[in-house]
Amino acid sequence: MRFAFTDEQLVMRDAVRDFLEKECPPEVVRDAWTNDTGRSGLWRKLGELGVLGVLAPESQGGLGGDFLDLVLLLEETGRAALPEPVVEHAAVAVPELDDATDAASGAVTVTVTDPPHVLYAESADFVLANGRFVEPGTLELERRGTVDRSRRLSVLGSAEATIARNPADRGAVGTAAQLIGLGQHLLDVSVEYAQQRHQFGVPIGSFQAIKHKLADVRLALEFARPVVYRAAYSVARNDPERSVHVSMAKVYASDAALLAARHALQVHGAIGYSFEHDLHLWMKRAWALAAAWGHAASHRERVGRAILDAKEGMPNG
Amino acid sequence: MDLSFSDEEERFRAEARAWLEANVPAEPLPSGDTAEGFALHQRWERKLFDARWAVVSWPEAYGGRDASLWEWLIFEEEYYRAGAPQRVTQNGIFLLAPTLFELGTREQQDRILPAMASGEETWCQGWSEPDAGSDLAAIRSRAVRDEKAGGWRLTGQKTWTTRGAFCDRMFGLFRTDLDAERHRGLTYLLVDLHAEGVTVRGFGRLDGDEGFADVFLDDVFVPERDVLGEVDQGWSVAMATTGSERGLTLRSPGRFSATAGRLLDLCHQQPRADVDLRDAVVQGWMDAEAYRLQTLWTVTRFVDGERTGPESSLTKLFWSELDVRLHETALAMEDPELESEWTKGYQFALAGPIYAGTNEIQRNVVAERVLGLPRK
Repeated sequence: MRFAFTDEQLVMRDAVRDFLEKECPPEVVRDAWTNDTGRSGLWRKLGELGVLGVLAPESQGGLGGDFLDLVLLLEETGRAALPEPVVEHAAVAVPELDDATDAASGAVTVTVTDPPHVLYAESADFVLANGRFVEPGTLELERRGTVDRSRRLSVLGSAEATIARNPADRGAVGTAAQLIGLGQHLLDVSVEYAQQRHQFGVPIGSFQAIKHKLADVRLALEFARPVVYRAAYSVARNDPERSVHVSMAKVYASDAALLAARHALQVHGAIGYSFEHDLHLWMKRAWALAAAWGHAASHRERVGRAILDAKEGMPNG
Repeated sequence: MDLSFSDEEERFRAEARAWLEANVPAEPLPSGDTAEGFALHQRWERKLFDARWAVVSWPEAYGGRDASLWEWLIFEEEYYRAGAPQRVTQNGIFLLAPTLFELGTREQQDRILPAMASGEETWCQGWSEPDAGSDLAAIRSRAVRDEKAGGWRLTGQKTWTTRGAFCDRMFGLFRTDLDAERHRGLTYLLVDLHAEGVTVRGFGRLDGDEGFADVFLDDVFVPERDVLGEVDQGWSVAMATTGSERGLTLRSPGRFSATAGRLLDLCHQQPRADVDLRDAVVQGWMDAEAYRLQTLWTVTRFVDGERTGPESSLTKLFWSELDVRLHETALAMEDPELESEWTKGYQFALAGPIYAGTNEIQRNVVAERVLGLPRK
């Protein structure tokens, strides 16, 4: 038993964190709200860094890693609110490709259907739909406005689209990892703000009403993180209980990030409610990702079917 | 990362499971928080001790098995899975013992630990006083130096002392320096409750069992050898125990996994459970699993040599609120008016957010010492 990441995995995480701190500051996220693609312009660099090809074989320019090598990197992309289809591409599509060479390098962008949505269809080269990679132009897509305006979403038209369980599980746990990172960022900026902002002559962070809200966010993240990491482990090992573990991860990460967003706004008050403040960029991403790849309620229901509708209760452990 | 147990650990599990299956009483013992039940639980502790299951993680010399933290977790999982009796020795073996191992003298360890492990000598915790609950540093019970006799003389009152009416000894904090800042000037003492000047008055807890006690001390003599740690350093000595109590030693995940399992069984017997109830049951089961996973995560860090810090307050918040929720969910299915395992358990669970530092205090600790928010 050893529930921890390897030194190599932590080193890679730190490298991605440093890269994103430098290359993806809030201005980049904000710019993606209004630019042509909704994206950061960092795709090729992410490819060079190895992030996009973690799950691709080394012979195709990837790292030949498993989901445990990827999960912390996705958490970092969430922390930075990186506006890219990195879960769709690196976690969902890459393992389905016969040849991932161009996907690993970032020469192409591959997105997938998370029915009924397709993220970044306009700037993607291929879409994984119904188990096949097709060009976006072949799909009946309707562009829709989004709350997080960097997330360029299209809704699939009449044609029914489905996604198989394995890639959908990877999408859910990858998104869960991003939600953990988002929640951590929302907590960090709220703690910092509560230390600086004075009212009644004292920092607002000295009030118990504020302290307890932020303690609850820390609590939610503390217990969500191991659930997400276990799901990544189960995906990497193709554990028979994988789907239950993935659904748990999506429930915990969604709930924790939504709580972080809600409390972050309340702690920031009217300043955080201002469009000019960066807080809403992270908050709206948390809302979006909490819904992507199945919201908490649908995943809780999936766990329920596994543990309550089976003939006998599944024991813990 | 490897989330499986080794063959050796699985053999340990099998051995524990076999022994528990053969020895756990078929009928539950009466509550250990009553005089009659306490005595029966002491006999059970003796049985555990004789088979070397009482304190698996302790050194063999004191009746343990030198078990690893992983094996300890496995044992706890099996213990609760088997529905084995409550541990009336827990304040000794889980709260005092870690402090004794860390800060006690060899003489204290040799003298105290074996009798504690066998249940022959039972311990209660003497921290709270009528005016010192959440504000523990407000303790007023005094210990005055008696040079001639070579020890200390105690005067004051401790209260809400769990199982104090049945225990032989009490570990507690006493004020030894009146002039010092209030967190200083406290000393950690081990008190014989059978000594002259001690009056113990049991009183009922929420569920009616006589699980609480007042301990009145009137010029009670404590010899020098029963000072734990240094004089006037009792606060930091006590905080070592708090780390254990808030952290994982008092509330291993096995207990909540077992309760969550019973909750699933209860739900299976209710084919018409509505969506809200189903959701609550599923969430409860997942929460117990999340607690288990966070424990495995934390234990890995212990094994790597890290220590419990203020993060243990997060653990205490989670398990105590989880325990209440699991019982509330069960009582949406069981008749809450009737005495049952669930109504009894619910009343017990309600103590969780209060003892070992109220959850309000724990949230302050998280905010101030984990997140770094200002105290004032």
